[in-house]
Amino acid sequence: MSTESAPAIDQAHGPLVHHADPESGKTGMWLFLFTELLLFGGLFLIYGVYRSMDEPAFHHAAQELNRFMGVTNTIVLLTSSLTMVMAVSALQRNQVKRSLGFLTGTLLLSATFLVIKFFEWSAKYHHGIFPGKEHLHELPWGEGLFFNLYFMMTGLHGVHVIIGMIVMTVVLFKIRSGALAADNHGMLEYTGLYWHLVDLIWIFLLPLFYLTT
Amino acid sequence: MADSNAAATGAYGTTGSYLNTPAGGGLKSWLTTVDHKKIGLMYGAAMFTFFLVGMSLGFLIRLELLQPGTQFISARTYNSVFTLHGVIMIFLFIVPGIPAILGNFILPLQLGADDVAMPRLNLMSWYVYMTGAVMALASLVTGGGVADTGWTFYAPYSLNTNTNVTLAVLAAFVLGFSSIMTGMNFITTIHRLRAPGMGFFRMPLFCWGLYATSWIQVIATPVVGITLLLVVMERTLGIGFFDPARGGDPILYQHLFWIYSHPVVYVMVLPAMGVISEILPAFSRRTIFGYKAIAISSMAIAVVGYLVWGHHMFTAGMSDTARWVFSLLTFFVAIPTGVKVFNWIATLYKGSIEIRVPLLYAVGWIFLFSIGGLTGLANGALATDIHLHDTAYIVGHFHYTMFGGAAIGMFAGLHYWWPKIWGRMYNEKVATVAWGVIMVGFNMTYFPMLILGLMGMPRRYQDYLPQFANMNMLSSIGSWILVTGLLTMLINLLRGARSGPPAGPNPWGATTLEWQTTSPPPLLNFATPPTVTTGPYDFTEILRQNNVEEGK
Amino acid sequence: MSNANTTAAEKNHVLPDGLFIRVWIGLLILTGITVAGSVYFPGKIGILVAMIVTPVKATLILMFFMHLRYEKKGFTIMFLVAVGILATFIGLTFFDYLFR
Repeated sequence: MSTESAPAIDQAHGPLVHHADPESGKTGMWLFLFTELLLFGGLFLIYGVYRSMDEPAFHHAAQELNRFMGVTNTIVLLTSSLTMVMAVSALQRNQVKRSLGFLTGTLLLSATFLVIKFFEWSAKYHHGIFPGKEHLHELPWGEGLFFNLYFMMTGLHGVHVIIGMIVMTVVLFKIRSGALAADNHGMLEYTGLYWHLVDLIWIFLLPLFYLTT
Repeated sequence: MADSNAAATGAYGTTGSYLNTPAGGGLKSWLTTVDHKKIGLMYGAAMFTFFLVGMSLGFLIRLELLQPGTQFISARTYNSVFTLHGVIMIFLFIVPGIPAILGNFILPLQLGADDVAMPRLNLMSWYVYMTGAVMALASLVTGGGVADTGWTFYAPYSLNTNTNVTLAVLAAFVLGFSSIMTGMNFITTIHRLRAPGMGFFRMPLFCWGLYATSWIQVIATPVVGITLLLVVMERTLGIGFFDPARGGDPILYQHLFWIYSHPVVYVMVLPAMGVISEILPAFSRRTIFGYKAIAISSMAIAVVGYLVWGHHMFTAGMSDTARWVFSLLTFFVAIPTGVKVFNWIATLYKGSIEIRVPLLYAVGWIFLFSIGGLTGLANGALATDIHLHDTAYIVGHFHYTMFGGAAIGMFAGLHYWWPKIWGRMYNEKVATVAWGVIMVGFNMTYFPMLILGLMGMPRRYQDYLPQFANMNMLSSIGSWILVTGLLTMLINLLRGARSGPPAGPNPWGATTLEWQTTSPPPLLNFATPPTVTTGPYDFTEILRQNNVEEGK
Repeated sequence: MSNANTTAAEKNHVLPDGLFIRVWIGLLILTGITVAGSVYFPGKIGILVAMIVTPVKATLILMFFMHLRYEKKGFTIMFLVAVGILATFIGLTFFDYLFR
């Protein structure tokens, strides 16, 4: 009887001690990534519609954004994807210290991303361009929609960065304690997949908001 | 203690009813279980409680509409009543629906597995569901009162009204997560945990229905998730996307809302179709006609179902091009459904029919869903929809499909699998009477709505013109009959579960894997994991046994 | 954990770090191209450059960082289906907005 489709059950330890099938976990994670794709997809749809309705307004509003910060953040995130995937490889090769090092690097780069974002948003806030601020409402409609989309999409993305950092921290402790290791590294691998998706979304946000002039 | 049982039986969880494993575990053993069977039942208990609340709200609606004028609900309150009725029935009952109860219980059994792929995620999905449900019901008692926007929460009214839209919408958002988790779990389970020998095209059709459903749950739900989140953002932070006062387009809200809410009707009905595909072979004592066609049609319905959402918006202000495109696509989705109906009828034709309660529900289902589907064609045709949109005809149509389709399908499945779940049988005579009352009451409630809509009565109105009075009274009286039938059915089922006569492993003589284990099943479903060598509806062995017994 | 469920490919397949670094350099170069396109060719050409290059970057991340190139084909198919459906949502919506 092939064990390919039936999970191993530990009879001695009681009910339903599933030894997680790696392919199951991976399938589940990819399905979750599809939901994230569609979640942001709705926002991309809105962006597409409103931009098609008032292209000049979008171009004009985009000039308010700091292209340098946007590009820097892109490089930061792309590098964090690199360090993340190297962390996974290291753990697969049982190089625990190296894995921890790269994971810490990923965390630091993520924090850098958030700091840069904070400065971006603060600058907007001081110019009165922020949800709830009067000036945003006084802008022409197309520009107002641009900025609402900007805050919503980078904001939702930022929330995902924060969640990613929290999960990475948990994973960090699990690697240190040995709960995650070379022969049981699923959680790190799935965290990596999630993180790459966060990066993927950003590389689409870059041209839509920062390179639209 | 559980462990000494393990020592005694030698194989923990492969004998003894799952209901008693662990032995003597009270409420805590249920609330901390990862057993898919118990989780299915917990969903059932919660969902039917909410169903009764939603049903009572529907009863109140019909009571208000008994005669023209105000009976006892003001127009403003009426808006909240039908909103909450819709929110509860759709988000708390029919969307989790068959997958949450019967899918959870039966899917692993039909696949020959010992549980779903991610049992802890399964339990979490139940807790997320309960959180969303509590939030939805909390909107009854907090702040500005229940939302009065309709369950569709259309902008710009939903952005500005003072009622509890934010709470209701956040509840729906949370419930969406539960739906996504279930979908993820089922897809992974079907991919990874099928018994040896069970390729995709040897899987029972109920599993195919769940598979197609799960893909819709995963792909479509996030779109309404972000849309509802944006409504909350707009109400709380003033981030405007849909408010025309800020340059937003309210029709864009409708697009995003229906991009999910059309596919979700297939989430509701595909599992029900799966149930019908299980029941008909069992009570015709022959294999299903056109297995592959039905399996592929399930996936086809899921795919085409993504393409038709604009037919909810024909009068909203879309471009003419969009309107005819969506109308054309809408006609395509009827084709795979038609394929299924023809195959089901062909299954019955010249079969050895045994008329039992599940078959009554299945046949009643085909009748009710066909009316629902055919009336849907009138809505899908652009010209007729201009007249019918937002009338009582639409209300009749979607009750025939959602209630007559998804809910009756659930009742059919419950009557089919009840003996497996509890190891006890319900009173079949009472069940048959209840079925008859439900069929009469159902048609008496909803058919008049089709007529009223054609006559021009608008929906979501607390009052109506005198010429609509007779049909409305007929419908309201029908609702009393319907409620009587529903309550009789539910009480009969519960009594059967508690004290009905014991049922054996296979009271119906069906062929799928869940009937090859005890009723109720043991914790890990099978004493020895099964291997599959035939398709799911192979009756040759059973018929051979019958011939042997009859001395032929 | 290592059991009969993990295939040989899964057990042994750890991509070399060098490959990842080369992919990363490629991503940086492509980012540079996108930025240069928008700075030196603002307007339609810049947009076109971005619309072509960004999916290429995405493909690199998916295929290598996310390992899609080495997974069972089913994962790629599922991913393309999800993207296809999203594209369809956007496309059908534009039947409304482009023709108003």
